[in-house]
Amino acid sequence: MIEINNLAFSYKKKKQLFNHLNMQLSEGRIHGLLGKNGAGKTTLLKLISGLLFPNDGNIKTLGYVPSKRKPSMLQDIYFLFEEFTLPDFSIQKFKEVYSGFYPNFNENQFAEYLSEFEIHDNEKLNSLSYGQKKKVLIAFGIATNTRLLIMDEPTNGLDIPSKSQFRKIMAGAVDENKCVIISTHQVRDLDNLIDSITILNQQDIILSEPIEKITEKLCFKVLSHNEIEDKILFSENNLRGNWAVAENYKNEDSKLDIEMLFNACFSNKKRIQELFNHNNIS
Amino acid sequence: MEFKEQQAIYLQIAEYVCEKILLENWKPDEKILSVRELAVELEVNPNTAMRAYEFLQNREIIYNKRGIGFFVASDANKKVSTFRKQQFLESELPVFLKNMQILNISIQEIERYYTKFLNNKKS
Repeated sequence: MIEINNLAFSYKKKKQLFNHLNMQLSEGRIHGLLGKNGAGKTTLLKLISGLLFPNDGNIKTLGYVPSKRKPSMLQDIYFLFEEFTLPDFSIQKFKEVYSGFYPNFNENQFAEYLSEFEIHDNEKLNSLSYGQKKKVLIAFGIATNTRLLIMDEPTNGLDIPSKSQFRKIMAGAVDENKCVIISTHQVRDLDNLIDSITILNQQDIILSEPIEKITEKLCFKVLSHNEIEDKILFSENNLRGNWAVAENYKNEDSKLDIEMLFNACFSNKKRIQELFNHNNIS
Repeated sequence: MEFKEQQAIYLQIAEYVCEKILLENWKPDEKILSVRELAVELEVNPNTAMRAYEFLQNREIIYNKRGIGFFVASDANKKVSTFRKQQFLESELPVFLKNMQILNISIQEIERYYTKFLNNKKS
């Protein structure tokens, strides 16, 4: 669904943000895009959707070259930004004006999601709080039924019940033809929703794999005091005990901990890449 | 549903379904929630819910009628017990045994507690 080959991009001539970046994202999944602050997550998403143009390399989004900005591609992409300004419209008017860009927009879905988020569609957008505006855009974005749905930090600013509503709505909205990319730091909000993880580091991708692949290769567990475990990639002592990410050579079934995975990727990048690249060859 | 920290999510979902079957919330040969409905209820990715259903289907605890959905197997109760027993022996008992060793508790001591537990239940 998205294919990136040898991408290079920089905002300034001297400072290369991406170099030889390769990535593939398939449909039918909710991809979590993770990376440190300033790693280029939002930039990558803008490149994918044609808002920025690569310096070098190729991007294919839904079969199109995004920089050509073909209407037939754009009507199948919805991008929810982390920071946005909205026109001084009522929600009703917003819907009337913007839904026209999306042929598969579904009014009933939009109304249903708004009511789940407890928002009335006669309200003015500018009278809403940041979190409420975000919920309007989430509801609208999912209701566009585009094949590609990009969300940059969707749970930022959402209150506690709304986060649960968001997960429910997302769980019901994905299907095998849709590709959802969520860029986030709030991994605990989306733990069980994301089923494929891409970790972006300076200039390239450390890891981009479905969750079942990751837990096949890596094991996440608490080590007891006297347990000696070899092949540990990262460990951390906290109240939960001595948590470790280890190579899963015993074939244990464990629950992926995204934060631990993230830390393991940065503390032992080389080994992680070896583990997963080897897999590609076989 | 509160998820545990260590066990794979799809297995926890499978256990959740087993619980429903043992408590007879979901009865033999009855249609159960669709993959999507289950995913929405538990706020998980539908692919993970699907994996849980496949896991249960392989153990013949549920079965799939094409185009209609998933159903509880007629002898699901028995199958669930077997599965749960295996789960207990493989994942819970080792932790228990390890704690016995660390705390220096003998099997006789445990037996006394167990007998007492059984007697309490009877009365």
